[in-house]
Amino acid sequence: MPVWLELVVRVVGVVAAFLVLPLVVGQAEHKVMAHMQGRLGPMYAGGFHGWAQLIADGVKFVQKEDVTPREADRAVFRLAPVVALVPYLLALLVIPLGPNDLVGQPLDIGLFFVLAVVGVGVVAVLMSAWASANKYSLLGGLRGAAQLLGYELPLVLAAASVAMAAGTLSLPGIVEAWRPWWLLWQAPAMLVFFVAGLAEIRRPPFDMPVADSELVFGYMTEYTGLRFAFFLLAEYVGIVVIAALTTVLFLGGWQGPFGDAYLGWLWTLIKVFLVSFVIIWLRVSYPRLREDQLQRLCWLVLVPVALGQLVLTAGVRLAIA
Amino acid sequence: MTTADVLMLALGAVAVGAGALVVTTRHLVRAGLYLVVSLGAVAGIFLVLTAELVAWVQLLIYVGAVVVLLLFAVMLTRAPIGAADDLDRPGWPATLVGGGTGLGLAVLLVDAYRWSTVELPEPGTAERLGTEIFGSWVLPFEVLSVLLLSALVGAIAVSVRIPGRRR
Repeated sequence: MPVWLELVVRVVGVVAAFLVLPLVVGQAEHKVMAHMQGRLGPMYAGGFHGWAQLIADGVKFVQKEDVTPREADRAVFRLAPVVALVPYLLALLVIPLGPNDLVGQPLDIGLFFVLAVVGVGVVAVLMSAWASANKYSLLGGLRGAAQLLGYELPLVLAAASVAMAAGTLSLPGIVEAWRPWWLLWQAPAMLVFFVAGLAEIRRPPFDMPVADSELVFGYMTEYTGLRFAFFLLAEYVGIVVIAALTTVLFLGGWQGPFGDAYLGWLWTLIKVFLVSFVIIWLRVSYPRLREDQLQRLCWLVLVPVALGQLVLTAGVRLAIA
Repeated sequence: MTTADVLMLALGAVAVGAGALVVTTRHLVRAGLYLVVSLGAVAGIFLVLTAELVAWVQLLIYVGAVVVLLLFAVMLTRAPIGAADDLDRPGWPATLVGGGTGLGLAVLLVDAYRWSTVELPEPGTAERLGTEIFGSWVLPFEVLSVLLLSALVGAIAVSVRIPGRRR
């Protein structure tokens, strides 16, 4: 295959994943939440169990008026949703789906790249919060920034533990080095990573920045139409990215019961959707953490556990080396 | 000129241009956002120079944390939307000192290197950087970590209020 053709195929694949996976997760959220709360969820759009609900939502968002508040800083206000979305698209680029380079762009330090670009998302939160010229937005944005800065630390530390265990920063390399007993060995890191990841994408119970009962809708209050849809899409891509990272780092990625070489992509996808299901499940079952509880959990529980895991990882590595 | 040269020049222009905007704009928060662009362009320059790890570290630390802290502090205190007229202070001595230092350094660097070319070293992968840091540079690395640790302890000592102790 010539280089340019391979490049086109890879880019098209990543964009397709970027467009399809979040919609599937979004639809799953509608349905799973509905069933957990003893109702049906969307049933009308598309005929069969409301499968076209999100497409209908998309059409609705496109038709809505794109409002910019009069006092807002227009340029920053308009740019913020894009800045929120792009980091996740870039992150999807390096997450491997299967063995033999079944990945958008094999990168020697993929793990580091993902953590770096996902960290840029906080700039979008601050941009949208400040540019809206709305005090609820600003409060939400400040909460969001404090939360994202705090939770980035346990996230990076937990990821560092796996990188240390595998002896590489490459995501496919980590999957290759992974063994089933790591489920036990790296269990604390997995918990820390998952919880911190939830906080990074501001999902309930960590949705203090958008707490709708006190801040209207936080930093997204003033957004309408397509720009608001961008923020929603960023949230769902965020779920996919965090689920995929948990899968790749802690659950063995494409390693499955049989046929890894040709069924690897299937195992990865199954695990990603299972983790996404847990993320949705948590939203339905836990009340929102208060701001002080949220910071307390991060600094007094997650960071010490992650540091302890680092020591444990180093010890085991030295023992078996 | 190769593609790398063109990219390097373009990214350098973006970095310098955004840096100039940081100090000339009258919008306080926008200055911080221009700083994001400037530091991001520097990360791009590292990438062109095949220092991959340094580029992502630049992104993670400077764009993801330092500028965000800066913006956070500005928004907590005073962040008007629109142009503010009281940002500038007439500071001719500062202009002279700053401009003079910058110009002097630029002349010095240009004179030192002229048109001499340097072969690019091996790509700065994580593995190579690791062996370098923990091989020949292990002492500076440890000294720096002790420095950061003492700064951390100092920050805690300054900010923690112990009941009963006079401040």
